[in-house]
Amino acid sequence: MSASPAEYSVNEMMIAASARQLEGEKVCFVGIGPPNIACNLARRTVTPDLELVYEAGVYGADPQRLPLSIGDPTLVTGAVSVTSMFEIFSFYLQRGLIDVAFLGASQIDRFGNINTTVIGGYDEPKVRLPGSGGACEISINANRVFVIMPQSRRSFVEEVDFVTSPGHLAGRRPAEWLGGGPYVVVTGLGIYRFGDDGVMYLSRMHPGVTVEQVQANTGWDIRLSRDLVLTDPPSELELNLMRNELDPEGIYTR
Amino acid sequence: MSHGGPDGGQEGGKVTSMHDAVAGLVGDGDTVAIEGFTHLICFAAGHEIIRQGKRDLTLCRMTPDVIYDQMIAAGVASKLVFSWLGNPGVGSLHAIRRRVERSDPAPLELEEYSHFGMVSRYTAGASGLPFMPLRSYHSSDLPKVNPRIVELESPYGDGVVYAVPPLNPDVSIVHVQRADKDGNCHVWGFLGCQKEAAFAARKVIVVCEELVDGRVIRSDPNRTVIPGLVVDAVVAEPRACHPSFAQGYYDRDNRFYVAWDSISRDPAKLEAWLEEWVYALGSHKDYLAKMGAEAWARLTPDRCLSEPVDYGAYSPG
Repeated sequence: MSASPAEYSVNEMMIAASARQLEGEKVCFVGIGPPNIACNLARRTVTPDLELVYEAGVYGADPQRLPLSIGDPTLVTGAVSVTSMFEIFSFYLQRGLIDVAFLGASQIDRFGNINTTVIGGYDEPKVRLPGSGGACEISINANRVFVIMPQSRRSFVEEVDFVTSPGHLAGRRPAEWLGGGPYVVVTGLGIYRFGDDGVMYLSRMHPGVTVEQVQANTGWDIRLSRDLVLTDPPSELELNLMRNELDPEGIYTR
Repeated sequence: MSHGGPDGGQEGGKVTSMHDAVAGLVGDGDTVAIEGFTHLICFAAGHEIIRQGKRDLTLCRMTPDVIYDQMIAAGVASKLVFSWLGNPGVGSLHAIRRRVERSDPAPLELEEYSHFGMVSRYTAGASGLPFMPLRSYHSSDLPKVNPRIVELESPYGDGVVYAVPPLNPDVSIVHVQRADKDGNCHVWGFLGCQKEAAFAARKVIVVCEELVDGRVIRSDPNRTVIPGLVVDAVVAEPRACHPSFAQGYYDRDNRFYVAWDSISRDPAKLEAWLEEWVYALGSHKDYLAKMGAEAWARLTPDRCLSEPVDYGAYSPG
């Protein structure tokens, strides 16, 4: 049973599509907001054994409500282990134990370089953004990076104003880095993957979206997959879980 | 490192008031860290620093949060050392953004890292090391804007890492759930960098929800995150983290975090808020009295006790 585009929001589509990407994954570094909802949706659907790691220092979290922040005590109560932040970054992330990590982005380029630091110059910022948090080391050390972000000409740009978290570096990502870099990007319009040369391509489009619309919201000539397919719309189960359990106030899903 | 508190050695141990701890241990021009990773953030200490009109501080925190927006708006700081700048789960810290984007009303110097970089800086500081190596920053622009993040060839020939320098605050202020009069502290829930910031600092102020007998601390030594050895002053100040969380004691007052967005957007509203909630009050007890009791019913979590552990008694004979 699937809904038609009129019956769900762009964000619900983006989060449901992200959750499905987690099938088969084991250890996931989560962020607050849409990634948190996607990971908890995945645990209730495609991957019940997913272990959630949050940078505040927890492994195997089992949040009973939508966390208000990355350090919400609901992430501690009932978890497998609380760790120091040094341990979460060193023993878990830098040791290579993180299969997949979610990052958000204010800007991304075709190689998956991410900016969350500043719009404009660093010393004369037009908009000062939050900065790295744990994103820089996550992008370097996690085995696979999943990006979840809204898409527009302002966010999908020819060149990012600042590289906070490095992507594929035009296909030249050094082998000595532990992680494989950006693996998939999920937006409100579609799902993107990366070719062997490190360049992003459109792999799936969400229902009701056109290629023209994707190009109009991308700051470079977007590559299309040879077998471009449509994403399945959110199922009734996914919508019910998001609306009734994971984000009942619709803070991130409406 | 610490050598006893303002009234160390007396009957009351290192126990003092917030006013006296801040007056005695925080000086103009100091490097100050109020840590706590979105949990156990000691707002009451920040408010006391504002009230006492401290100036020219270098403020360190991984996540500056609403308390540093308030302190920086009040003009106590000239520099910020950090790794993520925002109102967590809500949006921006507008007073800090005004200073960074428009030098309004004055410039604010930034020294910026990632979280792992800040954690590593405190760890180096707490360990007496000249730097800490980490696998981060490769091909990021962060080292370009912060020359203290330095590329380093491994001496063992297995590639490049980055080094960050130690962070040794003049004063670290950490909030904990319970402490004894000597400053031995139990902490649970997210630990943030409370331990590293305490061991790294030259002077340490511990603020606790509950002042307990030393026997309570010794009943569960695995939970002692900070020993009194490195603590100079102990302040018993319940609910001092409002509006942030204290695991098992109270929830975040999210209405305030949301309200702060519109307060901090408008310098006049922000100034009025500081006047009403900080300058016009003498202490955190006044703040709690002004808040009233109503909020605490909403903010107090249900209990969720751990299974007790048996340490065993190993007495002679």
